[in-house]
Amino acid sequence: MAAAPAGAKPPLLAIDKLTKVYPGGARALDAVSFTIERPEVIAVIGSSGAGKSTLIRCINRLVEPTSGSVRLGATEIVGLPPAQLRQARRRIGMIFQEFNLVDRLTVMENLLSGRLGSVGFLASFLRRYPPRDIANAFAMLDRVGLAGLQDSRADALSGGQRQRVGIGRALMQDPDILLVDEPTASLDPKTARQIMRLIGSLAAERERPALVNIHDVALAQGFSSRILGLKAGRLVFDGPSAELTPAVLTEIYGAEDWSRTIRPAGEDEEGA
Amino acid sequence: MIAAALAYLAWSVSSLHVDPQRLLAGFGRALNILERMVPPDFSRWELLLKGMEESLQMAFAATLAGVVLSVPLGIAAARNLAPRPVYLAARGFIVAGRTFHEVIIAIFFVKLFGFGPIAGLLTLAFSSTIFLGKMLAEDIENVRAGPIEAVRATGAGFGQVVVYAVVPQVLTRSVGTAIYRLDANLRHSTVVGIVGAGGIGQTLSASFSRYDYDFSAAILLGIIALVALGEWFSDRVRRKLR
Repeated sequence: MAAAPAGAKPPLLAIDKLTKVYPGGARALDAVSFTIERPEVIAVIGSSGAGKSTLIRCINRLVEPTSGSVRLGATEIVGLPPAQLRQARRRIGMIFQEFNLVDRLTVMENLLSGRLGSVGFLASFLRRYPPRDIANAFAMLDRVGLAGLQDSRADALSGGQRQRVGIGRALMQDPDILLVDEPTASLDPKTARQIMRLIGSLAAERERPALVNIHDVALAQGFSSRILGLKAGRLVFDGPSAELTPAVLTEIYGAEDWSRTIRPAGEDEEGA
Repeated sequence: MIAAALAYLAWSVSSLHVDPQRLLAGFGRALNILERMVPPDFSRWELLLKGMEESLQMAFAATLAGVVLSVPLGIAAARNLAPRPVYLAARGFIVAGRTFHEVIIAIFFVKLFGFGPIAGLLTLAFSSTIFLGKMLAEDIENVRAGPIEAVRATGAGFGQVVVYAVVPQVLTRSVGTAIYRLDANLRHSTVVGIVGAGGIGQTLSASFSRYDYDFSAAILLGIIALVALGEWFSDRVRRKLR
């Protein structure tokens, strides 16, 4: 990996030889290296157990990497002490497969929990958020298509609506990057496409990169401009979505007839 | 197996020196006592009321103290929140604390602080803390991990993770457990008095040793009313919570 020229802005995210060995010896990530230079949607594909989840959890250290480096802008995240780690996590928004909302809290409380890294304990305990945060939360509610639902309890929403709250929560952090873990695996195909489209357009609006784990190859190709392929913890493909050929898929997933899985680029514009 | 169990039973009964003569005499005395219990004597109602009030206060204060103290204990004893050494220490404390029955703890506290409701209050506060702490720890260990992970990922501190991701998931159950414990404390408060730790139990014990069986009957009726009231209240509140 070439070092950035002196004086140039550091990449948005630089992963270098990131390795995770779980207790018991399973090597979930094996010297994975890549950089994100510009805001775009990057899909991470690979079979179950290939290390997709571990990869994005090592970036914000929900899983502690065994070795390697994760640089977010100018900040080295690996080895940060707890207080600074929390500061760094504020800059990383995360979206989950199971939405991971707090069921008994309202939609508004779930959205505002995205600000927890930035408000003090007492203020958050008393739900006294700065007026700007609250205004932003209402704007966010509107943006993700849930206007008027602020007082509903999170467990009263449908799957698609809950994921919209999850997306809103992550964006409330005003993050430098979005980590997205299988955002559509718990959703029906139509909702899945709507959610992917929403993530893509929000990332574009805010000019932030999104690193999206996804096992649906067609969705990955339709909604991302770059694809990373993981196989048994190793990065075996890194290139534009258009270059995802049957040969590459065989490399990532093993031999299979891939002709029906891959769609011609640009087929996927059916209106939001 | 069954033969062995029967043999053991026979041996233990014989080793306890069960004397049929004494058993028969006991039944006779029971009739005598029951006879002297009716009609119950409510003439010393002020003493009765004072004992009941003391028990009630003991139960309320002990439950309150238990609720407050069980929060740090419960968090420390939850595997998914506490660091390993803290978890082990807290679990050890709970196991040790649960070993002894309330009455044994009461005897100990009476030795320390003398006769009276202080000893009873401390006994019940201690055992409530252990009980509620254990229940809370188990509830915390059963919460969904996803919301905790999500709140942690926003950069929230430990306290915020607890308030936003854990409390909403355990609050309803914990309030229910606390109410149940209040009800249990009401019952326990009538017992610890027997060893001198105050409350209606002490009044009862005194009346028995003075052979005031009619007053004892009045006290027993009072206890029944108190416990029934507690149970009714606890049931009602817990049903509302669900």
